[in-house]
Amino acid sequence: MLSFVLKRLLQSVIVMLLLSIVIFVGLWLIGNPADVLISSEATEADRLAAIKALGLDKPLWQQYLIFLGNAVQGDWGTSFVYKEPVTTILLQRLPASVELAAVAFVIAITVSIPAGLYAGLRPDSAPARAIMAFSLVGVSIPTFWQGMLLIIAFGIAIPILPVGDRGDIATYFGITSSLWTLDGWSHVVLPAFSLALLKMSLLIRVTRAATVEVSHLDFVTFAYAKGVRAWKVVIGHILRNALIPLVTVIGIEVGNLLAYGVITETVFSWPGLGKLLINSIKVLDRPLIVAQLTYTALLFIFINFVVDILYTVIDPRVKSVMGRQVT
Amino acid sequence: MTEALLDVEKLNTWFYTRKGIVKSVRDVSFDLRRGEVLGIVGESGSGKSVTGMSIMGQIDEPGRIVSGSIKLAGEELTTLSFTQMRHYRGKRIAMVFQNPLMTLNPVMRIRDQMFEAIGEHENVARKEIHRRCVDALSAVGIPSPEERLNAYPHELSGGMRQRVVIATALLLGPDMIIADEPTTALDVTIQAQIIYQIRRQIDQRGLGMIWISHDLSTLSELADRIMVMYAGATMEIGTTEEIIGLARHPYTRRLLESVPSRNKPGEKLQQIPGNMPSLLSLGQGCPFASRCERATAICNETVAPTQLSDTHRIWCNHPFED
Repeated sequence: MLSFVLKRLLQSVIVMLLLSIVIFVGLWLIGNPADVLISSEATEADRLAAIKALGLDKPLWQQYLIFLGNAVQGDWGTSFVYKEPVTTILLQRLPASVELAAVAFVIAITVSIPAGLYAGLRPDSAPARAIMAFSLVGVSIPTFWQGMLLIIAFGIAIPILPVGDRGDIATYFGITSSLWTLDGWSHVVLPAFSLALLKMSLLIRVTRAATVEVSHLDFVTFAYAKGVRAWKVVIGHILRNALIPLVTVIGIEVGNLLAYGVITETVFSWPGLGKLLINSIKVLDRPLIVAQLTYTALLFIFINFVVDILYTVIDPRVKSVMGRQVT
Repeated sequence: MTEALLDVEKLNTWFYTRKGIVKSVRDVSFDLRRGEVLGIVGESGSGKSVTGMSIMGQIDEPGRIVSGSIKLAGEELTTLSFTQMRHYRGKRIAMVFQNPLMTLNPVMRIRDQMFEAIGEHENVARKEIHRRCVDALSAVGIPSPEERLNAYPHELSGGMRQRVVIATALLLGPDMIIADEPTTALDVTIQAQIIYQIRRQIDQRGLGMIWISHDLSTLSELADRIMVMYAGATMEIGTTEEIIGLARHPYTRRLLESVPSRNKPGEKLQQIPGNMPSLLSLGQGCPFASRCERATAICNETVAPTQLSDTHRIWCNHPFED
């Protein structure tokens, strides 16, 4: 198990290095930030001075090595636009994104797993058909459009929820969040639902498919034949096995929630990382973009790592296979 | 004759599919006494497994028991709901399945899977449950049962898993066990061991057993009586001697002829020409008529049972005379 963890960590470092190169080169190809940042009326001397100050005069590989050296020490550079350390800016924005993602995650999971399980157990029933129709709509509507529809429906037509921004923030236990206040909740519900809708619909379909598959296996019939109560068969035998494929999908979706809140955050003017990323790309704020993309990559690597560990907890067969591979 | 443990009377289990009604079990009647092994033999789709699941009350949608009666020691089971039947499953009637690699939940320890079988029916202390599980495992010949309890199914061989399944089935001291091809997926040597263990349990505990199989040679070693099924209907029922040695039904004869061990080495295997008719389009007549060399016009119209001895009964208009 330990050697597995070490092996995975080493792999992660290599992946991160490769990714950082791709990100760096990719951004360099997109355009020169100097063209965007420096006023066209500036003199040639001012222009050169600014480029030197930003470190853009050095060859790309040198810029990369400097970035890498600093990044390893925790210095992710200074935003070209905000003139503040990137880390500070990101940390300011992170809580908003995390709380949106967390609420969306809870909504998605609490709806999709019971709904998908039901639809899988009673595939021909009317409620199951309704659930599947809902999920089909959910995976089909583009996020930006359903977001705007939600705003029109609950913000304008029936104005019961505020639209835009985070609402009141409070700090308890050292955590600053809008989830501590009622006003904050009223702000987060709509964007969180909008963000959750696609994941929810996708997870309903995955849960249903896994449930249908597992519930026809012999061990389920055998569990019933032992006289086990129906709900215990569903939870202990069907759901536990259906969770195995689900965990992978949930893992990816958690990453998506945190990394790709971009559209939802833009539609709902949510002051999180997603909105920041869009703004940074518009002005080619290179350090900020690099940091955000790296953060996203790190996040996915971390989630994949957690999913692998979770696998060994849920499915004992994985553990024995893993042990064999390493030794 | 002692009173029957299980009495199945004119059982009909049909499946209401989109294509039509699949009459998987039609007018099947038999009984089972304590300490007796009744073998049910037939091809795939003959309705032998559906008969077993009907007794368990585990017919899934869109199927249901349409008519007939299943009595366990005089108690009618067909009128019970799925939930009411729960108290009989495992406790009074246990079941063992064909593929031991699939019968155990891969993500649960053997311990938990055996514990739940007891815990769902009786309120006993964990220590007592543990003792009974260990006893049950040693009873079917599992070495170091304490360790096996902590194992996951994938850590055991197929034969071991099937023993675990049988031990689980025996845990609550049921009146009868339905075994659906329990040795088909196992090696021949393991088969023999498992059959020996099961026979021993039946004799010791006075269980009734229904052994579903497509393999007549296994049944001839183990069963006291054999019922031959074809396309959802009973063809012939009798003691093992009557079926193996004195079969009168053309289908049973053809089935016996196609057992490989009865042929000389190098000889071509005997086959029954044609295919089983679709269960969707069965008339009143004999379902085997289309493949039967002795069939006449009447066979497509009707078929009536003939009692040949106290135990031997056939459904055929033109049985063999000797």
